[in-house]
Amino acid sequence: MASVSLDHALVLAAILFAIGFAGLLTRRNLIVMLACIEIMLNAAGLAFVAAGARWGQADGQVMFLFVLAMAAAEVAVGLALAIRFRQSLKSLDIDDADEMKG
Amino acid sequence: MTAMFYIAAVIAVLSTLMVVTRHNLVHALVYLVISLFAVAVVFYTLGAPFVAALEVIVYAGAIMMLFLFAVMLLNVSAESPIRLRRAWLGPVILVAALLAEMIYGISRQSQALAGAQVGPQAVSRALYGPYVLGVELASMLLLAALIGARHIAARARDEQEAAESMERRRAKAAGNAQCVEPDLVASQGPAAEEGDA
Repeated sequence: MASVSLDHALVLAAILFAIGFAGLLTRRNLIVMLACIEIMLNAAGLAFVAAGARWGQADGQVMFLFVLAMAAAEVAVGLALAIRFRQSLKSLDIDDADEMKG
Repeated sequence: MTAMFYIAAVIAVLSTLMVVTRHNLVHALVYLVISLFAVAVVFYTLGAPFVAALEVIVYAGAIMMLFLFAVMLLNVSAESPIRLRRAWLGPVILVAALLAEMIYGISRQSQALAGAQVGPQAVSRALYGPYVLGVELASMLLLAALIGARHIAARARDEQEAAESMERRRAKAAGNAQCVEPDLVASQGPAAEEGDA
């Protein structure tokens, strides 16, 4: 286990974060964008856990738990917004929401 | 253990790429579940079994269930608008540059992991010791999200009910009994059937 170095774990986190970020910028479907935000939060949690494992401390895992709670809260509100979006605009494409009409 | 880390890392990267590139919503979400499982294996190989279990239970279980329920509720699995054109090129180049910069910064120094497993007991001691205020704040955040999600998702139904009741009131105000009576019969019919069942 000792031969997995910290930088490899951090590079994996960076790759996952970049994929999620690219997806967030390119995809226009609201639910896929929420999933991309989940990927990015998960990558940030991976960086926390890897840093905690570097020094054998529990703090990294505690921070991951907080990230997890925040992701759950974010996705609950985000999906409720998606339901409202779908009902009022009859689509899930965020480009259809380029006008603010209240 | 090391081989497990690299295999799981490759699976995570590939399945996350599939999440971003699939047009079918359900396929993308199932690939996201695979990606989360792979990250759980990565957590296990990093010596964090408690977090690996939580990743499977909360992320792959609860959160993805929310996603799939939303997809089924909205009935959008059939629609897959392909509107990407060439618009994806710019963001992807910028993100690739950012990723190259991050990897360069990370790989300047190489540090070995401690190699010790940090079990659930140590995490719980930290969680309810120095971090207890954070736990309280997380619970407040979840409560706020619960109320907010309920409020946002329920407003459409309230508006619809308000419109319906206004219509009924207008019909009653017109004094037209013929217009109201079928409405009442229709609303009583299903209730009586349910009572019988």
